[in-house]
Formats: sequence, C-alpha cells, structure tokens
Amino acid sequence: MTLTYYLVLAAILFTIGAVGVLVRRNAIVVFMCVELMLNSVNLTLVTFARASGTLDGQVMAFFVMVVAAAEVVVGLAIIMSIYRTRRSASVDDANLLKY
Amino acid sequence: MIEAPDLSLGALAPFLLVFGAACVGVLVEAFAPRERRHPVQVAVALTGTLGGLLTTLLLAGERQVTAGGALAVDGPAVFLQATIAGLGALSLLMFAERSLDPARSAFVAAAAVPAGSPRDRELMTATRVQTEVYPLTTFAIGGMMLFVASNDLLIMFIALEVLSLPLYLICGLARRRRLLSQEAAVKYFLLGAFASAFFLYGLALVYGATGSIRLSVIRESAAAQAGGGVLLVLGLALLVVGLMFKASVAPFHAWTPDVYQGAPTPVTAFMAACTKVAAFGAILRLLYVGFGTSEWTWRPLVYGIAIVSMVVGAVLGLTQTDLKRMLAYSSIAHAGFLLTGVLGYGGGADGTALGVSGTMFYLLAYGLTTLGVFAVLTLVRDGDGEATHLSKWAGLGRRSPLTAAVMALFLLALAGIPLTSGFTGKFAVFRAAIDDGAWPLVVVALLASAVAAFFYLRVIVLMYFSEPAADGPTVGVPGLPTTLVLAVTVTATVVLGVIPGAVLDLAEQAAGFVG
Repeated sequence: MTLTYYLVLAAILFTIGAVGVLVRRNAIVVFMCVELMLNSVNLTLVTFARASGTLDGQVMAFFVMVVAAAEVVVGLAIIMSIYRTRRSASVDDANLLKY
Repeated sequence: MIEAPDLSLGALAPFLLVFGAACVGVLVEAFAPRERRHPVQVAVALTGTLGGLLTTLLLAGERQVTAGGALAVDGPAVFLQATIAGLGALSLLMFAERSLDPARSAFVAAAAVPAGSPRDRELMTATRVQTEVYPLTTFAIGGMMLFVASNDLLIMFIALEVLSLPLYLICGLARRRRLLSQEAAVKYFLLGAFASAFFLYGLALVYGATGSIRLSVIRESAAAQAGGGVLLVLGLALLVVGLMFKASVAPFHAWTPDVYQGAPTPVTAFMAACTKVAAFGAILRLLYVGFGTSEWTWRPLVYGIAIVSMVVGAVLGLTQTDLKRMLAYSSIAHAGFLLTGVLGYGGGADGTALGVSGTMFYLLAYGLTTLGVFAVLTLVRDGDGEATHLSKWAGLGRRSPLTAAVMALFLLALAGIPLTSGFTGKFAVFRAAIDDGAWPLVVVALLASAVAAFFYLRVIVLMYFSEPAADGPTVGVPGLPTTLVLAVTVTATVVLGVIPGAVLDLAEQAAGFVG
C-alpha cells in the first residue's frame, strides 16, 4: 500500500533529525533538528490516522504542534540567555560542567 | 454530535487545586506589587500543593477511570500523587528559605540580565527576590501528578511536557555561579527535548500498531498479537527510552551530573525527589497496564538497563569530588535499584505484584532522604555560595556536630544501612525481584550497593576523622522553612527504617492498577 512510503519518509526525517542533534554544534540548529523529529512524528501520526480511517491521529498531531510551540518559547529563552552572556550559541563552548 | 466526556470532579480535585494555584501564581506575578509578591507566592503555592495532598489522601481507595478514559484514579496513582504533592511542598519550603544566602534567596534577581554584566553585579547583592519560580514549580508538580495518573499515551506526553518545560527554566535561575546554571538549563533542555521526541515517535508507532493510545486497548491488542508486531515492540522501546531519560537511568543519564551540579540546590532537590517519583510512576503504569500481557517484550530490556544503571552509578560515583555530582551518580544507581523493583512483576497487576508496592515505598523513602541531603548541602557555605567540593567538608563533625550528624544519617540511609528507610526500601524491591526469579539481578544490585556504600561512607569519614581546614566553610543557621524540611526528612528517614510496617501495608493495599 502506498501509505508505506509516507511512513518510510517519516522514519528518514526522524533519523536525519536524530543524527543532526548528535553531530551539529550550534544550539539553534540542534533545536531545529529536534523540531524536525517532532514533525516527522506528525507525518507518522497522520499517515496512521489515514490508514485506520479514524481521526485520533490527526488530533494528536495538533497536540504535538501546540507542545512544540511551547517548547520553542522555553528553548529560545534559555538559548538567548546563554547567548547574551557568552556571545556564542555553540554547545561546545558551554563546557564548564564536566567530570 | 459531540458528547461531553464524563468528568468526575472529585477525582480531579487534586489537579484542579494544584493547576489552579499555579494559574493564580501567574496572576499574582502580574498584579501584586513587587515587595508583597514573595510571601503571597509562597502561600499560594503551598496552599495549592498541600490542598492537592489533602484531596489525594481523601481519594484513598478510589478505583475509577475518568475524563473519557484518559485518567486513571487508582491505588498507585493516589499513593504516588500524594508522595509528589508532599515532596513538592517540602521543596517549595526549601525554595522559600531566605536566611541562608546573604542576598536572601537562592534565585537570581533578574534572569534576563546577562551574567557578569555591570547590572548583574549590582543586583548580585540586592535583596530583591524573583518569585516566578513558585508558579513554575507548581506547574511542574501538577504535571508530575498528571504523569502518574495518565491512562493514555497522549496525556502522558502532555504531562511529560508540562512537568519538563518549567523544570528547564528553573534550572537556569541560580543566583550564584550563573554561567553554570544557564549551561545546565541548556543541556537539560536540548537533551530533554531530544528524549521527548523519542517518546513521541514511540507513541506514534504504538498507535499505528494497535490503533489506539489507551493503555487498556494497547494491552488487549498486544496480547492478541502473539509474537508482537515489529511496530509495537519498536514503539515500546522508544517509549521506554523517553521515560528512562526522565528517570535518569543509565545509559540515558548523560544530563544528570551536569544538571544536578549546575542547578540551584533547592531545584536539584526538587528534581531528584519529585521527577524520579513521577517518572517511575509512569514507567510502572506503562509497563504493567499497557504491556502487562506481553512481559517478554520489555523484561530483557529493563533487566539490562537496570544492571547498566547500577554499575555506572556506583562506579562513576567513586571518582567524584563534588558532592552534588556524587549525589547525581547516586541517583543513577538508585534508579537501577528501583528498576529491580519494577522487574518484580509477578505476573499480575491486580494487587498481587510485590514490584508495585516495593517500588512505591522505595520512591517515598528515597525522595524524603534526597530532599534532606540537599537541604543539608544548602547549609554549608563559603563566600561563593554552597561549598559542595568534597575537601571543604573535612572536619565538619568538629565544627558543627549537629549538621554532620544529620548528613551522616542521610548518607547511611542512601547507602541502605539497617534501621534507616534506605534499608527497608532496598529490602522491599529486592524481595520483589527475587520473588519473580530475578536473583542474578539482585546479586548485581547487592554488589553495586556495596560499591556505592564506599563513597557515602567516605564523606562520613571525611567529616569525622579529618582536621578541619583553617579557611573552611561556615555552617549557616537555617530559617524556619529549611528547619521544617530537615525535621520532617530526618523523622521520616528514621521512622520508615525502624517501624516501616504501616507505610509498607499502605503501599501494598495501594498496589492495584485499574484499567
């Protein structure tokens, strides 16, 4: 069935996001990768909703969007506060806490 | 035509009170004059959480599924909600302490001012206090209470975010060592968001595999698919990863030491105690209610993770020189011990499972002891805030016998020495695991306990058998809030160790899941 393509696409997007979180160094880009992961979940949810013929999955996608928006607010506030102090948003520069 | 779902307002009263108090707190922040805000905020937050605690206690014995099947009000939910509300109220008291820091608060005066700027140095000594932390914490407590009662994966996800987002923020609000605190917030936020994406993908896959996110439907569907679909097993694994992250279980613990060290100490206490209770409540409910009929899917996974967590926590804890970091590794080791209890499934969620009661008792005992140990940490200070480096604690037994004695009691409880609550808790979870045939795991757990006991005892030896340094830290005189926290936690640690019968019975009676 053709819906499989959407699931595979979502899985690929999720993987790209996950790899991005692990390899990128700028906090903003890391955060965008997390958003990519959340959106790939939305695609999965909508696909499954279509496959099962119910609306649950689509409703859940709305919840995910709202939560993602709230997460952006909190995340950018935190990243901004550290950027204003250090003039850098690189996660490698934030290295005071170790061992 | 859309039908309104059935709402049992009585069963929802704890949530309404706690979230109501949080919303009132936001309004107070907007409308009350600055100088009156602190007492008002503390009163609102404490009223909300203590009201939540009281209403949860009145719900004892309740067994129902409400809010259109999204919430389960049953024994474990009520027991853990009461634990969270009680521990949350004690944490709020620690937040409200004003007599220890010369600047009269552990929280930054203005979080938006860049750290180290002239304005920041000016505010460093100002006695102005920030009060946003109280509504934020109340929201987090509400989210945790929702987390342990969620009967549906979507509600579980929403609760996860409601408890996490305020926590990310309050981690970055320390008054001293602000760079460390902000760094902790960034690390916690990025890794937390990463973990919730995994939880969410797991939710989507389980939805695809079973056509529902209701735990009871998942249970039936998982039982029907003997051999389990790939989607279902993969989804479960991702859900478990998301929850294990919150519970700071190794190998998903990378954030724990940094965040515990960087966050303001009262916030660390709150995270260590309440988040752990909430996360394990959700793990128990997901595994026992949602996947209780397909135990083979999660048992090997949890078994392996428990061993890794105990070993990593105990071994890396040995190498730490900072007390807060050491306690972070101790928390990772304790997460492993708790998973030992989770494995004591015993084949039924109908109240016969020793694992549920053992884990719940352990969570209560561990939460109280952890709060106490961090409360002691806030007392020992030098010019730059809390003196958390191990060397500063040398000879504390001579300088301040009472503080050292209280610290020693908590450390013995964390090590699991008999006649403290830690021993009873460990006994309860190990018995549950042995009952279910997981004795190799218990052997590993005992070895890990022995290793972990070494680093707790090392602190005690340092406090009592070393010469105090000339420029050692001073021991502050706690105000009423911290004194109250210490009194409650010391009493609980001793009582739960000497006469734990009543609370153990209560936990056993509360062990039956509904739905």
